[in-house]
Amino acid sequence: MLADLHTWLTTASAGLLDGYLYPFILQGMLLTIELALLSLLLAVGLGILGALARLSRSPIARGIATGYTTLIRGVPDIVLMFIFFYGGQLLVNDLGARLAALGETWSLPFAVGWDYVEISEFTAGVFTIGLIFGAYMAETFRGAILAVPRGEIEAGHAYGMTPFQVFTRITLPASVRHAIPGFGNNWLVLAKATALVSVIGLDDMVFRAGQAGGSTRQPFTFYLVVAVLYLLITAVSDVVLRHLDRRYSVGVRRA
Amino acid sequence: MDVEAIVDNLPLYLQGTWMTIQLVALSLLVGLGLAVPVAVVAGSRRVWVSALPRAYIYFFRGTPLLVQMFLIYYGLAQFEAVRESFLWPLLKEAYACALLAFVLNTGAYTAEILRGAIAQTPFGEIEAARACGMSRAMIMRRIQLPSAFRRALPAYGNEVIFMLHGSALAGVITIVDLFGAARIVNSRYFVPFESFLTAGAFYLGLTFLIVWGFKLWERRWHAHLRARDATPTVTGR
Repeated sequence: MLADLHTWLTTASAGLLDGYLYPFILQGMLLTIELALLSLLLAVGLGILGALARLSRSPIARGIATGYTTLIRGVPDIVLMFIFFYGGQLLVNDLGARLAALGETWSLPFAVGWDYVEISEFTAGVFTIGLIFGAYMAETFRGAILAVPRGEIEAGHAYGMTPFQVFTRITLPASVRHAIPGFGNNWLVLAKATALVSVIGLDDMVFRAGQAGGSTRQPFTFYLVVAVLYLLITAVSDVVLRHLDRRYSVGVRRA
Repeated sequence: MDVEAIVDNLPLYLQGTWMTIQLVALSLLVGLGLAVPVAVVAGSRRVWVSALPRAYIYFFRGTPLLVQMFLIYYGLAQFEAVRESFLWPLLKEAYACALLAFVLNTGAYTAEILRGAIAQTPFGEIEAARACGMSRAMIMRRIQLPSAFRRALPAYGNEVIFMLHGSALAGVITIVDLFGAARIVNSRYFVPFESFLTAGAFYLGLTFLIVWGFKLWERRWHAHLRARDATPTVTGR
């Protein structure tokens, strides 16, 4: 089926944009979408952890989570990306080399440390964007969890559920409805933030538009195409989010 | 940690900070000037009037700022008409292109914030203004816009921070702003951690400054919404 799609797209787009539209640009778009979805997964995980930590009774967890969300939200994403991509690479390898040296001086029976690790642009991109939007998601989820009526949680406790059961069976499902608008906003911003990975050299659709625009001497055309493709991603997301919102608001009265 | 490379280059960072502040302030100022009329027109009930400003808002809010900047900086040269126009000496400069992209971007976001705030004007206020015999333009100027600005203030504070962070993209197209300064330091000494962390700390400081400024501003503009003094004063004694 995929092969069929490929043939169809190839014939359908032949000659469009000097033949650069498919596979060149559209495959870049696929990479953008993959990157965005993987980052979203990481961001949601970090967001839930962050929200729980901010609402926890332990002052240490609260402090760490507050520091994380404040720091990340106070620094531009592109600066964070450069810190993680260039700095992270250095840090990981420095740590590996030091551990290896330590293992040699102590002549440990097992190998510690690691050889030179190359962090790919894709990994760095997913980590950075996930880490950034994890902070925003944490804020959204925190608000959503706080919006769950206290009585529902008390009722759970009254039934003899453990705190974990109360969280997974009551608080989490009931907070989804309150989280969707903020989640949707964060996702739309996240999708646009993926464009930044082109600056660290990942060949997403923005990067490819630059190449195609350079070789055809039509940079405006190609960047405009990419802009429209981003609008397409936004529009499709809007439809899905509206559907989700309706689905999770079943049973809520609306004026 | 290579502190020396950072300390030696502090003047460069300060120069970058100044460039960042300048870019952000100019973009916000011109962007706000653009946003007010766009917001008013986009709020029109007539579709053919509101279609164009709404399309502008939709495009600039729905696409990455980086792509918008590339469209202007790399893209405009594609057209001979642009290359031969009197504006070309200006438009081939990275600074003017970044500024134009930022203005159009923040203009769209601000217009959307204002449009929402204008739409939320309590109908009673407009009715009262009509009863006083004000024309529609006068109602907009005297009633709707002032209260909309007030309502839009918290959201606008976020937009200002967003613009500060977005302005770092100027460093991508050779402008020596804060991020550009960090890139220069990194390329000279190969100290990615130190150089970009320093820029990050500067940005963090600027962010806090903006948050603090808006808190003061909100206290002033939202004075009427603040909880009154809890201890009631006894009068008429």
